[in-house]
Amino acid sequence: MSLLTPDFGLFFWMTVVFLCVLGILWKWGFPVIINMVNERKEYIDGSLKKAHEATERLANIQKEGEELLRVAREKQASILKEAKETHDTIVAKAESDAREQANKMIAEAKSQIEAEKAAAIREIRSQVAELSVQIAEKVIRQNLSNDKAQMQLIDKLLDEVK
Amino acid sequence: MKYLKSITLILALAFFACTAAFAQEHGEEAEKEGISLKEILFGHVQDSYNWHLFDVNGHPVVIDLPMIFYSQQSGFHVLCTSQFEHHPNAELLREGPDGFAIQGSAEEKGKIVENVNGEWQPVCFDISITKQVCVVFIDAIILLLCILIPARWCKKHKIDDEAPKGFTGLMHMFIMSVYDDLIKSTLGEKADKYAPYLLTCFFFIFFANLMGVMPFPPGGGNITGNIAVTAFLAICTFLITNATGNKHYWMEIFWPEVPTWLKCPVPLMPVIELFGVFIKPIVLCVRLFANMLAGHAIAISLTCMIFIMFAIGGFMGNLLGGFITPVSVLMSIFMMALELLVCYIQAMVFTLLSAIYIQMSHASHH
Repeated sequence: MSLLTPDFGLFFWMTVVFLCVLGILWKWGFPVIINMVNERKEYIDGSLKKAHEATERLANIQKEGEELLRVAREKQASILKEAKETHDTIVAKAESDAREQANKMIAEAKSQIEAEKAAAIREIRSQVAELSVQIAEKVIRQNLSNDKAQMQLIDKLLDEVK
Repeated sequence: MKYLKSITLILALAFFACTAAFAQEHGEEAEKEGISLKEILFGHVQDSYNWHLFDVNGHPVVIDLPMIFYSQQSGFHVLCTSQFEHHPNAELLREGPDGFAIQGSAEEKGKIVENVNGEWQPVCFDISITKQVCVVFIDAIILLLCILIPARWCKKHKIDDEAPKGFTGLMHMFIMSVYDDLIKSTLGEKADKYAPYLLTCFFFIFFANLMGVMPFPPGGGNITGNIAVTAFLAICTFLITNATGNKHYWMEIFWPEVPTWLKCPVPLMPVIELFGVFIKPIVLCVRLFANMLAGHAIAISLTCMIFIMFAIGGFMGNLLGGFITPVSVLMSIFMMALELLVCYIQAMVFTLLSAIYIQMSHASHH
């Protein structure tokens, strides 16, 4: 049964060799590899996460850009609309102002014309009166050649004056 | 197609069984012709002082190895196997210089004996570099190369470098698969403390198994099929388990949670548990040893079938030999493939069980 009895020499060398190998691999072998691979794994996982985030952010940025553009366009439309309204009101105001001004001027012109007309009439009247007086003087001068008639007229005029 | 395969297999097995029965009948005849299955088998799986490669025209081609031993009479000796006769004499002794001799046949590793006043006495402290010690050295060198080369890559590169390719990449993947699937999943947070030991165990056993399957140097030595090697590994696990066990572990052994009558007047459970402590490493040791030994025994037996058949001689022997050769070759190929699987599985089982034992010795109260 030499198969089942451990051989001392082999056991001895196995102890020496295995402990040496274990020591070497403990110091320079397995922990180095395990740490490295785990760190790499974490690094790769982190990188993947970052890449995902970046892609997401990029998509967001695109969306944001579109949103910004849409808002800008809306604003542009509203501004244009407002400008048109302002323009319309300004034009309307200008028109009404002009009309008012014109009306005022017309009214002024009218009143001036009235006034001038009245003045003209007055002048005409005074001239007519003067002319009438002159005509009347001439007429009267002729008629007052006889005293009697003169006297009569003076009386008559005095009566009228009174 | 499915049936065809099964039928072929059944026929092959039936044929194999018949020839095996026939061979057993005539086995004794064959042995007389100079083929002893037992001798070949033991020669292959057992240790020996020199490394016998093959025979050329009846002359053995061997690698001579140093023999280191201590004799009570004359102190330390370092001899070489070439100084000893290759074939034993009538007393089954292979005589060498200074009154030393090796007991046993050429293939078998006997004992070194010293002639003291006409009596043969065994020497006490024999640490010869035998064939299997040689294989242990080669295994250790391969193991160191296979781990330190990838480790060197790790030292030379930063974490944001490109992933390693080829051998380094393979070893990284292999190591991490063992680490993650066997060690980390069993030991959890404590994995890093025991990982170097368990990984060394795994790869030592794995490479040793592969070298055992390889039929020529640097392989050929069946070291995991040798009980000294598996016993050493099992003792390591035993020592680690019991040296690092916490108080719950010892309480589970000496005062387990069972009804008091099972442990108070007669300490039945403690005794059983205490046996368990020693049975665990023995199981570890024997499982690996027996699996690898059995694999080798089957592989060698299948190959020897051919020679045994032809050794029967005569028409019947040649006929059977002719028939058995392709079957034997096919079965050998199948066994080789199976052995490759077993190489990995046994290394895995040993590591996994060691990890489980260590985990059990750290378990908190349950």
